[in-house]
Amino acid sequence: MADRSFTARRSHRFTGVRGGARRWLPYALIGPALVVELVVHVVPMALGIWFSLTGLDRSTIGDWTGAPFVGLRNLRTGLDPAGPIGAELWATLARTAIFAIIVVTVSWSIGVVVAWLMASEFRGRSALRVLFLVPFAVPGFVAAIGWSFMFSRDYGAVNQLLVDGLGAVSDRPFWLIGDNAFWVVAVVWIWNVWPFAYLMSSAAMSAIPSDVHDASALDGAARWRQFWSISLPLIWPVNAVVILVMSLWAFNEFGVAYVLFGPRPPESATFVANLVHGHSFTDAAFGVGAAMNLLVAGLLLIGVLTYVRIARRCGWCSSWRCRCWAPVPREGRRA
Amino acid sequence: MHEGAGFRWFRRVALTVIALLTAAPLWVIVSSSVRPLADVRGPFHWIPRNVTLQPYLDTWSTIGLGRYLVNSVIVASAATVASVVVSVFAAYAVSRIDFVGRRAFGLLVLSAQVLPAMFVFLPLFIVYASLDRWWGVGLIGSYGGLILTYLTFSLPVCIWVLTGTFSGLRRDLEDAAAMDGLGRVGTLLRVVVPIARPALAAVAVFSFALAWSEVMIASVLTTQDTRTVAVGLQSYLSAPSVLWNQLMAACVISSIPAVAGFLSIRRFVMRGWSQPL
Repeated sequence: MADRSFTARRSHRFTGVRGGARRWLPYALIGPALVVELVVHVVPMALGIWFSLTGLDRSTIGDWTGAPFVGLRNLRTGLDPAGPIGAELWATLARTAIFAIIVVTVSWSIGVVVAWLMASEFRGRSALRVLFLVPFAVPGFVAAIGWSFMFSRDYGAVNQLLVDGLGAVSDRPFWLIGDNAFWVVAVVWIWNVWPFAYLMSSAAMSAIPSDVHDASALDGAARWRQFWSISLPLIWPVNAVVILVMSLWAFNEFGVAYVLFGPRPPESATFVANLVHGHSFTDAAFGVGAAMNLLVAGLLLIGVLTYVRIARRCGWCSSWRCRCWAPVPREGRRA
Repeated sequence: MHEGAGFRWFRRVALTVIALLTAAPLWVIVSSSVRPLADVRGPFHWIPRNVTLQPYLDTWSTIGLGRYLVNSVIVASAATVASVVVSVFAAYAVSRIDFVGRRAFGLLVLSAQVLPAMFVFLPLFIVYASLDRWWGVGLIGSYGGLILTYLTFSLPVCIWVLTGTFSGLRRDLEDAAAMDGLGRVGTLLRVVVPIARPALAAVAVFSFALAWSEVMIASVLTTQDTRTVAVGLQSYLSAPSVLWNQLMAACVISSIPAVAGFLSIRRFVMRGWSQPL
């Protein structure tokens, strides 16, 4: 008896669960995850596409199934660069893209360089490791509130340092209004997120076998040369993902500007998510908002797919299909 | 390995600068939270001239922090527990059982992870409103809506990390358990879950932190009574007269759960999340 159940179980394991009663097991296991993903992601996404084709507004929101079908009118209103809504959308898209490029470049660079500098043992390293984790652990709203205090014009720490301490600026600048607001959001974001790049790069660098560095040191490679020619290319697979994830975070940034400035941030700090939020819950032009969403989602999808294609190109040998990601590089690669 | 003097100086200078920039805001927040009101209402001093713990007592009544914290704890804990339980089962199925639709499920999870909140949140609001009208499921303004939403936001990462962890586990223990007559679910709960505890702790901290600091969904799904700490502090910040020392004390208090959680899973994070244990 015991013997028979043993063989039965073994056969499950090796052929997958094909035998009668066990066929449903994997579906039962993924069932809860599937249901909640459907309710919160798939259904709303499909509804969003439907809404973008209807004239959904404040009068029809109560019974949205009865909203009139308007075809591509919303899309035209939302995209027309000559119209007020379209012009605002394109300007916001450009601003968000610039924001994302700046903050991702800066935080990624800091993260990778710090990971490289922290790779070897020195005095104070373990304390710094804890310190560098903290900004990432601090909730985004706390970071925004703390910086908001620091950036206040008369009694903030930033102006104290720049104007009274260093004398770099003679006039106390207003940071939280006008064009400066963009840089405030950027600073908060970078401070909050760069440790993510550091943590991921650090983990990836510690996986590089030390004999790679030893061999290059014997060949007389300088430190910075090792960084450019060994560490950076070897951790590229991890960094490709890190850059993608951080770019998505930056492009969809909402919280920092919302906490700092409320539902209506200054124009320079209004990013796509803030605009969509504004159109959805203050202007109540839901159909237009949904059409904007669709456009942004499409652009984002194109961006991600292009990035994934480009990032596949190896940072070490510049080949599109290489096997450099194996832990030890083979001979004959460009150094 | 040889380290030249030039490199050592470069490292010293660069890390000092980064450490100061990292620590300065932390210092401003923490030190301002122990100053009397007069000290934060004048020119800023890096060294506090008077130290008092009064803001930590006053902030509860001024900002109404207690209510927000209770709401956040309820929402974040429930979302975390649900997320870990649901993702353990799903990740086990994906990593151990070969079934029709496995790739499709993986793709769904991956795309849900890439899909930003802003694309779903307006239709989601309408879905929740409709659920309320048609079936009386109250998800707007209650804990339920927030818990369900945060659960799905952290689920993709949890499934992803746990699938990687489970795939990296040695199978001989599971084989032994199966040989002793333990079923699949029994094996999962009594063998796999105990071994994968560090990974479970990591995804739990991640889910908790995500729910704790989320702003966008919380800003539309909460009412006066169910405001989470993120939205609550934001609404106080936009008030006409801000008592900065008490707000900073509230910031310190509301950072403690997330920071403590991250520090406790530091080792796991340092290894890059999905490394086998």
